Amino acid sequence: MQLQINDKVVEVSATQDTPLLWVLRDHLGLTGTKFGCGMALCGACTVHVDGKAVRACVIPISVVAGKRITTIEGVGASKTGKAVQDAWLALDVPQCGYCQTGQIMSAAALLQSVPAPSDADIDSAMSGNICRCGTYTRIRAAIKQAARAAGTAEVKP
Amino acid sequence: MSTNHSAAAPVQSVTESTPAAVSRRDFLIQASAIGALVLLATSSGAVKAEEAQKFGADGMPHGWRDDPLAFIAIAEDGTVTVVCHRSEMGQGVRTGMPLIVADELDADWSKVHVRQAPSDEEKYGNQDTDGSRSTRHFFDPMRRCAAAARRMLELAAAKSWGVPVSEVQAVNHEVVHAKSGRKAGYGSLAKAAARLPVPPRDSLKLKSPTQFRYIGKGAHLLDGPDIVEGRAQYGIDTRLDGMLYAVIARSPVFGGKVARFDATEARAIPGVVKIVEIPGTPGPALFQPLSGVAVIATDTWIAIKARKALKIEWEDGPHGTYDSKSYRTQLQQAARQPGEVSRAVGDVDAALASAARKVEAEYYLPHIAHATMEAPAAAARIVNGRCEVWAPTQAPQVTREDVAKRLGIPFERVTVNVTLLGGGFGRKSKPDFALEAAILSQQVDGKPVKVTWTREDDLHHDYFHTVSVERLQAGLDAQGRVTAWLHRSVAPTIASIFGPDSGHEAPFEQAMGMINVPFDIPNMRMENPRAMAHTRIGWFRSVSNVPHAFAVQSFVAELAAAAGRDHRDFLLDLIGAARRIDPTSMKDTWNHGESPQRYPVDTGRLRRVVEIATREANWGSKLPQGQGRGLAAHYSFLSYTAAVVQVSIGNNAELRIPRVDIAFDCGPQVNPDRIRSQLEGAVIMGLSLATLGEITFAKGRVEQDNFHTYQVTRIDAAPPEIRVHLVPQTDWSMPLGGVGEPGLPPIAPALCNAIFAATGIRIRQLPTRYQLATT
Repeated sequence: MQLQINDKVVEVSATQDTPLLWVLRDHLGLTGTKFGCGMALCGACTVHVDGKAVRACVIPISVVAGKRITTIEGVGASKTGKAVQDAWLALDVPQCGYCQTGQIMSAAALLQSVPAPSDADIDSAMSGNICRCGTYTRIRAAIKQAARAAGTAEVKP
Repeated sequence: MSTNHSAAAPVQSVTESTPAAVSRRDFLIQASAIGALVLLATSSGAVKAEEAQKFGADGMPHGWRDDPLAFIAIAEDGTVTVVCHRSEMGQGVRTGMPLIVADELDADWSKVHVRQAPSDEEKYGNQDTDGSRSTRHFFDPMRRCAAAARRMLELAAAKSWGVPVSEVQAVNHEVVHAKSGRKAGYGSLAKAAARLPVPPRDSLKLKSPTQFRYIGKGAHLLDGPDIVEGRAQYGIDTRLDGMLYAVIARSPVFGGKVARFDATEARAIPGVVKIVEIPGTPGPALFQPLSGVAVIATDTWIAIKARKALKIEWEDGPHGTYDSKSYRTQLQQAARQPGEVSRAVGDVDAALASAARKVEAEYYLPHIAHATMEAPAAAARIVNGRCEVWAPTQAPQVTREDVAKRLGIPFERVTVNVTLLGGGFGRKSKPDFALEAAILSQQVDGKPVKVTWTREDDLHHDYFHTVSVERLQAGLDAQGRVTAWLHRSVAPTIASIFGPDSGHEAPFEQAMGMINVPFDIPNMRMENPRAMAHTRIGWFRSVSNVPHAFAVQSFVAELAAAAGRDHRDFLLDLIGAARRIDPTSMKDTWNHGESPQRYPVDTGRLRRVVEIATREANWGSKLPQGQGRGLAAHYSFLSYTAAVVQVSIGNNAELRIPRVDIAFDCGPQVNPDRIRSQLEGAVIMGLSLATLGEITFAKGRVEQDNFHTYQVTRIDAAPPEIRVHLVPQTDWSMPLGGVGEPGLPPIAPALCNAIFAATGIRIRQLPTRYQLATT
């Protein structure tokens, strides 16, 4: 079957029930999308499907055929995605870095829909993404910085 | 002497006779000598104890190296590549080591790259990334490497210009001859410089700290761009040509094994390549894989599906009755009886008998799991009798040794490539998962195999943080001064994974905040009743400091309340006057492997972090109803930490943590922002284990499966404000302290002290979630 990933159409031969995560990682070599729990509990595998954040570990490929899939390897092509990545670097958010690709995908999706998120917006959109190193305070700061940089709107205090 | 006795005694004498050298790996080395150790311990144990102690990096296996040719490469285009021989797991070592080198080399930071060293301790010195000691042990050797390289560049330039070397100077990626105005970039000099002999160590001139360009100032993460763009390679990301993917069903009970299994259904699933049993090993767990059945397939998902289709009968073995509820009762019973005395000062019994007031309290801390976001994973292949492993390991050398032994091939024929670690926290000091990959590769004629642990595997088969009951008793005189202190700590020991289980905390565990409490109390006794291990006990970030600091720092707040005094003032009085305590005077012969003269316990520094944290947190100022502040301070890993946690408890007992202030003194700071980030992380991890973390066993099996049942702190529960206060230390003659671990221990007690301040409810068992929900 065919999937549309990061603006490219790719041919995939995996069974229909295979979660998108394993197709990305094992079949396509897009290892920036991480495995963390397999049950949509930790957010490490977050990708965008038609612009919305979804957990690739529980979405079978049969469901995403014909949809626009964006992974961490492609998110920098959008203004928001790039702004989030830049803010992450400016504030040195990562520690081990493993969960950060999922965090960035969730943050980029948040800013697409809520250009100037409040703390409550951030907590609500990001609470599905676990970081064991404990980078949460920097994640909040980086999302606000990205919102400002993307010039999307005034940031609420 | 019975056989049992003589088998148990040597283990103790081996561990106790080499206190300075107790690294997380020495245990393995000592344990591997157990076969022949009866002789060693009975005939030469005394001699061993008298051997001159080595401290710091000198006391570690393979010590340190400072050869610039091993650690630094300069390309013709001027690119400087620094080899990082320690594992990166979020502490920032892959930025920190290059930072030290770049400074002493006077390199342009924008031209500095990092490359990860494979396992090779002959070449690089000790590579174990644990014990909060990478920077502490390699700051000086890295500086010397770079100073030697800088000298070689200067010599090469002087030679080519025919001028005395005293007239040239390396400045910002160039060697300059001021008299003639000649300049040469490092890249153009690299070839000639590399042909020169490495200057002798004692001829090197190191920068004075006032000349530091990067050290003490810091730099952005070298791995940052790779991480945020998804290119960073962790162990689980390893991809090799023709690679197969494996998952393993492991014995649900520690020490259990596969009785029989039926793989008919699993084998029928398209994409399944092979199903194979991995035999367990008898005796102590060591770093050996657990007994299990592996599915090797063409992708991870097929392997996971096929594993579900396996029918396995397990034989549980002796730990099949391990039950956390009844074990807790056992620990409590042990803590209520006298135990082996670890340290005694004065006469505690008499002082308690004559005390105006007695206070006692018992604390319970459950097992916790590391739950690194990257669960264990590793890949291996065997080509022409050579095994190559890719693993997110904190212990590359042991990984290599154990793979060689388990496969039965020479050590020299094993290579371990160290990937990035998606979290370590001590879990990845144990290379059982890398051994699994190597074993499975051997099973498919050396084809590359990657083993992935699911989250369930990770939580069921961790090397768990210990479980403990800590019982404290104190006597106060009429003025509210503490005259007697009795601490009984009962917890299964990490040493149980390396040899016969003595039931006692090892000296290094007891020296993590139990025996070496630096309080000015005339009568003190610390006891360690027995507790046997029924699962794999392992190092978890800051190790035994977690239970010890929780109990001690909670109890001090309880005593302050009993004495009717302000907690901060009471704590400062208990610490007493600023003084330097020889750790050996507190029966701490371990001292994190460091010299007691070089690293005494400095109560002045402990006082200072208490004063800073409380001042910055506005200690003593009034808070609204339902809010409170709690304090805790702890010395560990040669650094000093104090934390003030502020809480707000809602009407339905909902806990919020608006703010945490943490003051930290680790001596001079190499990369301050990474120190800050480690402390921010320690605050979150401390709150996580205090409020949510608990692993329980029933019928020998772990009852938690994934992040819904083993909960960890998420962003919505993270404090809006974590304020880190680093104590400035500009005297670089002061030895460095640890950073990765010492932030963690004071967080849980500070939180519970804050809950007490806000509500009057004293929490003596972790996690807090049960108790707050019922109030």
